[in-house]
Amino acid sequence: MKLSRKWLAEFVDISAGDKEFSDAMTLSGSKVEGAEDLGAEIQNVVVGRIEAMERHPDSDHMWVCQLDVGREAPVQIVTGAWNIHTGDLVPVALHKSILPGGKKIEKGKLRGVPSNGMLCSLKELGLDERDFPYAVIEAAALLHDYHPIDPDKPSIPADIQPGHKIFGPVVAAEVLECMPLADGSFHTCMAVKDATVCPDIHCSNVHVGDLVAYNTRTDSVCTLADLHAEQKEFPHCISDGIFVLREDCKPGDDIRPVVGLDDHVVEFEITPNRPDCLSVIGLAREAAATFNVPLRLHTPVVKGSDAPQGQTLNELLEVETPDPELCPRYTARMVRNVKIGPSPKWMRERLRAMGVRPINNIVDITNYVMLEYGQPMHAFDYRYVKGGKIVVRRAKEGEELTTLDGGVRTLTPNMLVIADETRAVGLAGVMGGLNSEIVADTSHVVFESANFDGTTIRRTAAALGMRTEASAKYEKGLDPLNTLPAVNRACELVELLGAGEVIDGVIDVLNYVPQPTVLKLEPEKINGLLGTDIPEDEMRAMLARLDFTLEGDTITVPSWRGDVEHYSDLAEEVARLHGYDQIPVTLMRGETTQGGLTEKQKAERRAGELCRSLGFSEIITYSFTSPSCWDKIRLEEGDSLRRCVTILNPLGEDTSVMRTTALPSMLEILARNYSARNAAVRLYELATTYHPVEGQDLADERQMLTLGAYGGDLDFFAFKGDVEALLAGMNVKNVQFERAAEGRTFHPGRCAEIRVNGTPVGILGQIHPLTAQNYGVDAALYAAQLEFQALLDARAPEARYVPLPRFPSMQRDIAVVCDQAVTVAALEDCIARGARGLLKETALFDIYTGAPIPEGKKSVAFSLTLRADDRTLTDAEADEDVKAVLALLERELGAVLR
Amino acid sequence: MKETLEQIRREALAALEGAGSAQELETLRVQYLGKKGELTAVLKQMGKLSPEERPVMGQLANEVREALTASLARRQQELEAAGLEARLAAEAVDVTIPGRRPALGHKHPMSIALDELKEIFIGMGFQIAEGPEVELAEYNFTKLNTDEGHPAREWGDTFYMREDSSLLLRTQTSPMQVRTMEQQRPPIRVIAPGRVYRKDEVDATHSPMFHQVEGLVVDRGITMADLKGTLNTFVEALYGKGTKTRFRPHHFPFTEPSCEVDVQCHACGGAGCRVCKGEGWIELLGAGMVHPKVLQGVGIDTEIYSGFAFGIGVERMAMRRFSITDLRLIFENDMRFLSQF
Repeated sequence: MKLSRKWLAEFVDISAGDKEFSDAMTLSGSKVEGAEDLGAEIQNVVVGRIEAMERHPDSDHMWVCQLDVGREAPVQIVTGAWNIHTGDLVPVALHKSILPGGKKIEKGKLRGVPSNGMLCSLKELGLDERDFPYAVIEAAALLHDYHPIDPDKPSIPADIQPGHKIFGPVVAAEVLECMPLADGSFHTCMAVKDATVCPDIHCSNVHVGDLVAYNTRTDSVCTLADLHAEQKEFPHCISDGIFVLREDCKPGDDIRPVVGLDDHVVEFEITPNRPDCLSVIGLAREAAATFNVPLRLHTPVVKGSDAPQGQTLNELLEVETPDPELCPRYTARMVRNVKIGPSPKWMRERLRAMGVRPINNIVDITNYVMLEYGQPMHAFDYRYVKGGKIVVRRAKEGEELTTLDGGVRTLTPNMLVIADETRAVGLAGVMGGLNSEIVADTSHVVFESANFDGTTIRRTAAALGMRTEASAKYEKGLDPLNTLPAVNRACELVELLGAGEVIDGVIDVLNYVPQPTVLKLEPEKINGLLGTDIPEDEMRAMLARLDFTLEGDTITVPSWRGDVEHYSDLAEEVARLHGYDQIPVTLMRGETTQGGLTEKQKAERRAGELCRSLGFSEIITYSFTSPSCWDKIRLEEGDSLRRCVTILNPLGEDTSVMRTTALPSMLEILARNYSARNAAVRLYELATTYHPVEGQDLADERQMLTLGAYGGDLDFFAFKGDVEALLAGMNVKNVQFERAAEGRTFHPGRCAEIRVNGTPVGILGQIHPLTAQNYGVDAALYAAQLEFQALLDARAPEARYVPLPRFPSMQRDIAVVCDQAVTVAALEDCIARGARGLLKETALFDIYTGAPIPEGKKSVAFSLTLRADDRTLTDAEADEDVKAVLALLERELGAVLR
Repeated sequence: MKETLEQIRREALAALEGAGSAQELETLRVQYLGKKGELTAVLKQMGKLSPEERPVMGQLANEVREALTASLARRQQELEAAGLEARLAAEAVDVTIPGRRPALGHKHPMSIALDELKEIFIGMGFQIAEGPEVELAEYNFTKLNTDEGHPAREWGDTFYMREDSSLLLRTQTSPMQVRTMEQQRPPIRVIAPGRVYRKDEVDATHSPMFHQVEGLVVDRGITMADLKGTLNTFVEALYGKGTKTRFRPHHFPFTEPSCEVDVQCHACGGAGCRVCKGEGWIELLGAGMVHPKVLQGVGIDTEIYSGFAFGIGVERMAMRRFSITDLRLIFENDMRFLSQF
């Protein structure tokens, strides 16, 4: 919300500068986003009147102008612009002046002729044509500026003379006379061979002596477009030039107030609970309360006039509201004999300062009132209200309406329209209809000032993608009591501007009963909540400043403060006027609490530390994914992981389901790193997965610890080693790895299921080349996924000290030959069971195949550590154990000593 | 004889002094002191001397032996020292050659920021609560004083799992306020970090998924002054002692009074610069006194208890802390990014 400080000053006197004002308003709850001095960048630019102008002796396009700038002597300035004429008032940047963007202007010479400054365009003043619609320049095609694209084949001969035909009805004409008129057009006379024609033209680059293209059929001067010419063919005939002022000003005046750049604009961020602050009056009230100065409000006074032929307003216009819950109040007045024209400068300036584009007096009045009162207004042409009847109703299914912006809108019954007897003429609270637009010949105008249901308006605007200034206000819920003062203000302005005759009477349909909120003042409770010691009379004074009515302990909340419902809301009002910075700073008293991490949270940290110490880096990925990810990891059609929590309104297919496995996220990140050519990558994520539960609202949210890696000297066993170290670090013992049945996501021969004491806790392995291919990776990827909770449950009890061995151990190495299919785990298991109590450790140290080991067999070598706790072992005892081990190996697995 | 001894002494000492290796030294030892050595040979002739001469010569012979032995030992030591020095010199390495270091993994910057934040609050007696991300609208909105029809509940802003809008991806960690109060009676001091979801397209500052930390304190007589004290302590722990804060009024449906907390811009010290967009302050978090409707909704007696709550956006904090300029980097997980932290 922008606020013009000039406009604010109409309601409240605040001497504070922008910075002080902004800080104070921010601290009282109206957050300031920034403040701008509209004219800060302009210095030493004044109004000048062109007293004389002649062509530059050494240039084919420049003019040398003599300007009255309110000094004794005229100032000479050379310009390249062609749209100026003697008598024009123009902005003059004098010697040593500054323009927006820090551009400095100094005197100099242009092709030898002294120039003491610069004439300014709109753009050079930091303005544009929206600010001054009248400053639009229409350029005629001047024949002496013609530069043919192909010099050998000119479309217009260089020696063309007045009267010569150019094409069709277009002939060359020489300008004999060119007189600027008050409305910005020009009265001209031109010679066409023997005849003289006198068209009134809008092209401002035409001067006496110019040769133009004249259309004999339309009696007008041709522009480039009329000649189907390109800009480069007429390089100086451009729609750009000096800003010729049509303001009430005189030579020597500072340009800033003339063009409305003497204002300061403060931009506010208004919270959604305070729609009343989306208005000049609302912010003025806040400012008055903040600075504790009086607020000057104004009650609109409308003189009014009788309706024609003794009719009353009610006879001219009837309003029906068949859906009262969507239209709590509808207020309207009428104006007849409207004279559409531009609104006065002060009004245009205020609109501009607040970011609204001036259009015409009636439309500007509705915008002005909306900004001032925060009440959206709409004006429509009475001619097009068929049957003199306004019906505020739900739209019919599929009903169409062309809105003011030209868009054709297809409506639904959830939307509210303003209709006449037969058709919709406006989209309630959003935008008017094109069919009832205020146009140049509008004579009777209906001003609508209504209150609509905020949610309906918000949904309509959202559904149609047309959030407007009006809908943005309505959607927050406006004060129904504001409609009448607003419509009266509009009518007052009509009379003030002489824009028409206001017809007596007001149409006011009330579909609600105003029920002000009443609260009790409880100073102790407020102080208790705030931790303050604010005296009651101060609280009363603060609330009164915000127009709360106090009678004894009873507080009546003003109608525009729908956000105040509880004592805690009152506490906020008191706190913000007292100043949040004035509230003391204390530490909590009462019972102390023990802070800390839960066992699970500690385990999460531990897991992260272990992963990082093993060289894995942490990643964070989205919880939602694409359902196609299951195909990418090649899950079977009926895999239970395909049952998932689905988002009904996702941003896109890519993020439409909640993940049930974190592997795809990991693979995606591995692939991204691979395509970024990151050489060796080790990653981990503690990821949540989401599993729907039959008969339960909430999903089962399970944490997975995923690891993923590729590159470097990685192979299956290096990766498995990392997982083993991680498990050991997490104090998970008794881990078994079994050849996994899964062979789709993972390589069928390089994938292990991880079990602890027989319970599965996860899976690890090399990713199936086809899966990797689905992620665009042609290298070996490795991944593991561990169920975090299962891991926590599988942790061994905390370590207890075992006395260090007091007797030496003995080492026995054995190598056995067995079938290829016998696993190391089976051999180890056999060794463990075969020993007679002296075996302390078994370590694999070699696997060998090839001669002299027979085909289909392998030799596996282990180093066994044997020890007794109570004596030094003898060789015989150790050999006894080894013999028992070998016997069992042979019996159970057919493994014989090599 | 005396002359012979003296001569041996002279010659031997000179030879020992000039010995260049352990081997040479050994040869000299054998030559002079060995069983068939020169000195031994002289001593063998002692018998031929007169009884008067014998002790004198004996003494001299001993002197010579001792001198030679001492010289031998000294020279041996010198040679050993020299040898060691030479070996060490030969073993010298270029210490600037990089070591073979095991690669360490990196913690994600988000986790660094989040863990730091958790530590601060743990130190202040807070516990860490966790809760569902697939959440009931009841908890995400209704029990937080955000009724049907509130704009935040629109399908354009929130992800839903059911046509009747009853199940959603939580848009804030605030439902944890309600869940905590339903499970635990005051005194309550918890923070609840976690993922939240809003229907924003991905760009440099937006993501449909991001992280928040919710904080909740409920006890007898908790005041807004306590809120200020607690959050000031947090800010000082995070940004250093003496960091200035600004509490300014704001609006949240589930707190009243509500505030936003700014910290003074670290880059300009409050004067206004590009980092703080000229304001001198940087928005840090939202907070407020728990709305009486929320407390009453979970059956907490507002005549006895009151509380405050706050919410912190973790991405923004991490981005500011590590000068990360694009939010997308956080979820892209490029090693070249991760390995910077």
